[in-house]
Amino acid sequence: MIHSLFLINHTGDIFLEKHWKSVIGRSVCDYFFEAREKAVEPENVPPVLQTPHHYLISIYRGKLFFLSVIQTEVPPLFVIEFLHRVADTIQDYFGECSEGVIKDNVVTVYELLEEMLDNGFPLATESNVLKEMIRPPTILRSVVNTLTGASNVGDTLPTGQLSNVPWRRVGVKYTNNEAYFDVIEEIDAILDKSGTTVFAEIQGVIEACVRLTGMPDLTLSFMNPRLLDDVSFHPCVRFKRWESERVLSFIPPDGNFTLMNYHVSSQNLVAIPVYVKQSISFFETGPCGRLDITIGPKQTMGKTVEGLMVTIHMPKAVLSANLTATQGTYTYDLATKVLVWDIGKLNPQKLPNLKGSLTTQAGTPKPEDNPSLNIDLKIQQLAISGLKVSRLDMYGEKYKPFKGVKYLTKAGKFQVRT
Amino acid sequence: MRNMSTAVLYNDQGGAEAAVEAGQESTPTTSSSGAAFGLFSTDFKKNEDLKEMLESNKESLKLEAMKRVVGLIAKGKNSSELFPAVVKNVASKNIELKKLVYVYLVRYAEEQQDLALLSISTFQRALKDPNQFIRASALRVLSSIRVPIIVPIMMLAIKEAAADLSPYVRKTSAHAIQKLYSLDPEQKEQLIEVIEKLLKDKSTLVAGSVVMAFEEVCPDRIDLIHKNYRKLCNLLVDVEEWGQVVIISMLTRYARTQFTSPWKEGAIFDENNDKTFYESDSEEKKEQTEAKPYIMDPDHRLLLRNTKPLLQSRNTAVVMSVAQLYWHLAPKHEVNIVTKSLVRLLRSHREVQYIVLQNIATMSIQRKGMFEPYMKSFYVRSTDATHIKTLKLEILTNLANEANISTILREFQTYVKSQDKAFAAATIQAIGRCATNISEVTDTCLNGLVLLLSNRDETVVAESVVVIKKLLQTQPTQHSEIIKHMAKLFDNITVPMARASILWLMGEYCERVPKIAPDVLRKMAKTFTAEEDIVKLQTVNLAAKLYLTNSKQTKLLTQYILNLGKYDQNYDIRDRTRFIRQLIVPNEKSGALNKYARRILLAPKPAPVLESAFKDRDRFQLGTLSHSLNVKAAGYQELSDWPAVAPDQSVRNVEVIEPVKEWAPLVGKTKKSKSEDKFYSDDEDEKEEEGSESSGSEDSSSSSSSDEESGSESEEESSEESDKTSSDSGKSSSGSEKSSSESEAEQKKKKKTKKAPLKKNKLTAGDSDSDENGNGPVAQSSSSSAESSSGSETDSEDDSDSDNIAAQKKKKSEAKSKPKVEVKSKKEVSLLDLDDFSPAPTNAPKSSVVSSSLLSDLEGLSLSNVSSTMQVTTPSFGPVKTYELLHHMTGKGLSAKYHFPRQPCLYQPSMVAVQVILTNSSDHSLEEIHIGDRSPASLNIHCFNTIERLEPEASVTVSMGIDFSDSTQAANFQLCTKEDQFSVSIQPAVGELLMPSTMTEEDFSKEQGKLLGMNETSATITMATANTSSQAIGKQVLSVANVGVVSSSQNNVHSFSSAAGRFNHENKERRVWSQQIRRSQGFKHAVLFSRENPHKSD
Repeated sequence: MIHSLFLINHTGDIFLEKHWKSVIGRSVCDYFFEAREKAVEPENVPPVLQTPHHYLISIYRGKLFFLSVIQTEVPPLFVIEFLHRVADTIQDYFGECSEGVIKDNVVTVYELLEEMLDNGFPLATESNVLKEMIRPPTILRSVVNTLTGASNVGDTLPTGQLSNVPWRRVGVKYTNNEAYFDVIEEIDAILDKSGTTVFAEIQGVIEACVRLTGMPDLTLSFMNPRLLDDVSFHPCVRFKRWESERVLSFIPPDGNFTLMNYHVSSQNLVAIPVYVKQSISFFETGPCGRLDITIGPKQTMGKTVEGLMVTIHMPKAVLSANLTATQGTYTYDLATKVLVWDIGKLNPQKLPNLKGSLTTQAGTPKPEDNPSLNIDLKIQQLAISGLKVSRLDMYGEKYKPFKGVKYLTKAGKFQVRT
Repeated sequence: MRNMSTAVLYNDQGGAEAAVEAGQESTPTTSSSGAAFGLFSTDFKKNEDLKEMLESNKESLKLEAMKRVVGLIAKGKNSSELFPAVVKNVASKNIELKKLVYVYLVRYAEEQQDLALLSISTFQRALKDPNQFIRASALRVLSSIRVPIIVPIMMLAIKEAAADLSPYVRKTSAHAIQKLYSLDPEQKEQLIEVIEKLLKDKSTLVAGSVVMAFEEVCPDRIDLIHKNYRKLCNLLVDVEEWGQVVIISMLTRYARTQFTSPWKEGAIFDENNDKTFYESDSEEKKEQTEAKPYIMDPDHRLLLRNTKPLLQSRNTAVVMSVAQLYWHLAPKHEVNIVTKSLVRLLRSHREVQYIVLQNIATMSIQRKGMFEPYMKSFYVRSTDATHIKTLKLEILTNLANEANISTILREFQTYVKSQDKAFAAATIQAIGRCATNISEVTDTCLNGLVLLLSNRDETVVAESVVVIKKLLQTQPTQHSEIIKHMAKLFDNITVPMARASILWLMGEYCERVPKIAPDVLRKMAKTFTAEEDIVKLQTVNLAAKLYLTNSKQTKLLTQYILNLGKYDQNYDIRDRTRFIRQLIVPNEKSGALNKYARRILLAPKPAPVLESAFKDRDRFQLGTLSHSLNVKAAGYQELSDWPAVAPDQSVRNVEVIEPVKEWAPLVGKTKKSKSEDKFYSDDEDEKEEEGSESSGSEDSSSSSSSDEESGSESEEESSEESDKTSSDSGKSSSGSEKSSSESEAEQKKKKKTKKAPLKKNKLTAGDSDSDENGNGPVAQSSSSSAESSSGSETDSEDDSDSDNIAAQKKKKSEAKSKPKVEVKSKKEVSLLDLDDFSPAPTNAPKSSVVSSSLLSDLEGLSLSNVSSTMQVTTPSFGPVKTYELLHHMTGKGLSAKYHFPRQPCLYQPSMVAVQVILTNSSDHSLEEIHIGDRSPASLNIHCFNTIERLEPEASVTVSMGIDFSDSTQAANFQLCTKEDQFSVSIQPAVGELLMPSTMTEEDFSKEQGKLLGMNETSATITMATANTSSQAIGKQVLSVANVGVVSSSQNNVHSFSSAAGRFNHENKERRVWSQQIRRSQGFKHAVLFSRENPHKSD
């Protein structure tokens, strides 16, 4: 299975290596660097590479490459999923997954990697289990540890490992018992030039933050579960009950976790919250072009659209942009050729507009393709599909927990073609 | 100097390893002195202070040093010269320090083998540690040290750990198997033995790891899987996600060798009946076999059924592996269910998308229909990475058909304009493929491509030319306009491939453009020397073709070009030129070929087929690395073709080997009619095991013959009845039961005596209470628990009456078809056992009743020596805790609570008795309360009788038996009323899985002596002074565990014993208890709770 892992930063330095079997020299990464060179953008590096003696499977996250070395046949998704799990764990432990954080906590990261794989086969990947073995660093604990000489490493088998609820540790205690659920929906859409929808769908996720004492057994039910077309669950969810009753019944892990992902059935028409009027044109004569974008509300269900942002990947030939925005600010990054217009809240009375001219490099032919716009937005207190949580029941414990559900709609991959 | 001192230190540390000392001397010398004189003097200095820190006495300094050392390892810097200093700390008490030393050791042991040996004894000691976590990590490190000398030690450790009571340690041993195998492949045979043993393990923790070991060590030993196949299928849902992936891919290969192909004709029919297979009526199956060409093996169906829920996993690798399983194993029309899940994965990370899209690309070639409804999910976004875009394009092209081509082409138009030119070029290729595949749009595509010829981007134009060339070849008739257009563009095109393509087109169709072609040749003659090789070759070609068709105009031009080519720097071009000259220019030396020159050069050429790049990928199993790379990767296991004839399916039947079985007759032996007892115990046994229908049918045929005298009308009745009940049972495998030849024989025996006990039943039913009283106090308590608490005398009479009828039916239906009976018996047996089962717990004292033959049967069992000392006793009553099973809100008025009565279970010794109080808090009466589906499907539950009616506000207490298989895994089942069903689950506390036993102090210490070492756990508990009285301690212990008190002569030692097959533990309040004794070890068991001087404190 997984033989070795190298962490590589964006400049191509290997700053951490871990071997689960015998040591493999760093030179194996040269093949990767070659491919990295060829791909120009780091995103374009093929995730699976073949070298004479090894196979390299890599992921790119947080400007870092996680490169694993494989020697024999193994499902590539197995490795990819695991590498992402490693990145998730690091994020979970230290708040972010970046080179700096990993370098600062190199020992803890190393201990984590040691626990997560044995001989290249995943051993413990549940956050709750890992946290019992290697406690995440907190300021308080590091002070206490230096004073008492206690360590961050547990010496007993995590209770979760042996139970049938490996995701939850026993003996959880809170003074405030609370369970929060965020229903977050993302609209993936492609709109064409005229504003008609080429493709739109809604993907949702329920993120939970559960801090409950003991072994609570929760049941979450929906007003309209029929909306959900395809779902995937955290292992804690009892699939049988979902199949028979369409309720989510589970013993939750402690802390933050993703309860379920869902896809809203495609029969329902997707409400597109904003419309975009745009005209981007480049002139045949002279090194310039014009840009004019207006955004207005469309189907917002009476809610305010916030966090509105437009990102445009300009053609390489565009040198600079001289624009005026009626609302918000815009920036144009010369190196990456990305124009970002940060609008903020959408005011239906006064529609935001961005207008002005673009300068293109003299002598190059006019770009024939107009760049597409990527829209980012947020609508609080609304699940655009109309999904509603009807109730949350708790069994198995006596106290009354504090419960809360929040809805949020975001733009996922929302693209307007021009 | 330093070296000397380390050597001395080693002597202190591990004296046993003195022999190794000599070899060790040299290694550190070289490394440290090398560093001293070498280039790394700064490095060396740094490590020098680390060394000092490591050798200091302060724990914190050592830890700090180790952290820095691990930091060095992480950066890939060499710190091997610290080995002696580090390895000393291997026995440190500080757990973090120890772990870091382990990390270091694993990293460098291979380089410093001799020194590494010094640490071995520490691990050997730790392998015996009472803490399972320490045992496991010791094994982990020991097996990770790649030092060939310790192979025998590793082997021994693995063997021991494989029999450990902690599933976690067993899991670790499964991992160690692979490590040892890679270190020394010669151990294979022995390791296979261990694998075979571990495969039988029932823990979900072990399953994934041992299958991994199997895949690595002996993937071809498919015979090891047979017996465990069903178990693996049933456990699958509960195995951790990584294990699921490995098991699924192994089972895919297994299924391809063991089952016949479901893809043949007639496969469609079987689906209507698949339920029947599962309820598995063997006779029906036979009929079907005659009628239909293909019937899916129930085991095959079991696999498909049990993997399906995993499509909802959050782990993409699991979803993918289920998808490939369905692709390779499911009947064609069932494969579609994986589509949605695969499309869902496209929302995941980029790398996941890449792999999933590759697999979809392969699938979509063979099965367009699967993904067509999701076509729009494959639309490309400008932000996608290039490799994602190309894959999506590939899939869209595969999905194109007459109906959707216009949509797809419109989409392609957008892509062609993409700024990503590589992608635009790929789009043009895709358009070309659509044009050849769908004849309706060929012209449209061609026109579109011609328009692209005036595109400003060169790569786009070039690609268009190449594709147009291919398209024209397929339809050469009426396209001279396009060729002319291309000739006009020729001057502006600089991409060699495109120029070459145009030249080839000119030559090929020179007769259609008689005026233009010579002109193009003229231009080429001017620029010939400056062209790329590929263009030169095509120029020579064009010249030759024109010479043959239009020699008048082109003769001189051709000769000129041939002369240029003759002196070209590239030998390919020189060769070609010579060849062409000889071929086309007639002279006296030229041979016979000359005559055929025209036919050779201007032969009609077959059109190229534009094919998907994924065309041949289906030779690899989906989801594999090989598939992803399109190259056979090392260690790839070929997926075999379906066998023409299915191998013997009975190999998957599980033999009756478990101690439970042995226990059962023991239970039975106190009964008045032993043969009847046997019948039941048998029956119960069989419930536990899984088996094939084939042997089941054998069974039923033999029994039906012996049962001919039974009335036909009742037979009908019973089959009706059992039909009904069989639909109640959700246990998919319940039908596929198997009985060993032994039980078969017993059955026959039973048949003979059947009638007598039946009568007896009738007689005794009414006064069963008093009858049982005679059997002793235990019997009474258990019988009352078996009855519902509210049950009145008359009630029970009624019940037992109906039972007797039921029992009669049951026997008959048994005769007809065994599996049905099983289901039925589950429901009915609880009443019969008023007679037959209640005395069960008092087995030992009554052993004299056992017939000599039975006794001899029993003698071989591990039981015999234990039974003298061990008796399962009535429980000492502690406070009874009640748990909620179903809340009346969720239960629509039906509420259920349960508690563990702590009585031996009547139905089966391996079961735990549970009492359930059902209350109706709604305003209408509830009808037909019974137990429905359970999960895991193999869960063995003794259900209570269906409660016909429960009035509002009424409550009834029923008892059930649940076999938790000695694990704390929750038993999930459905509580059904007439209208509704509610999923509920019972989670046993460890303490409830035990059975108390009475024993003398001597016996206790004797048993305890057997259970030292790994089986032992000890801990210190602080308790308030008030609690130190023996009574208080006893009370506390009893409140958490069902144990018996062993009278003790010493005042400060309290012993508790529990037993019998279920658990062995040393326990302290609320700690993780106990290690399981597996059944095979029979009834050796039980040390419990011995403690010296309780520590007093606040």
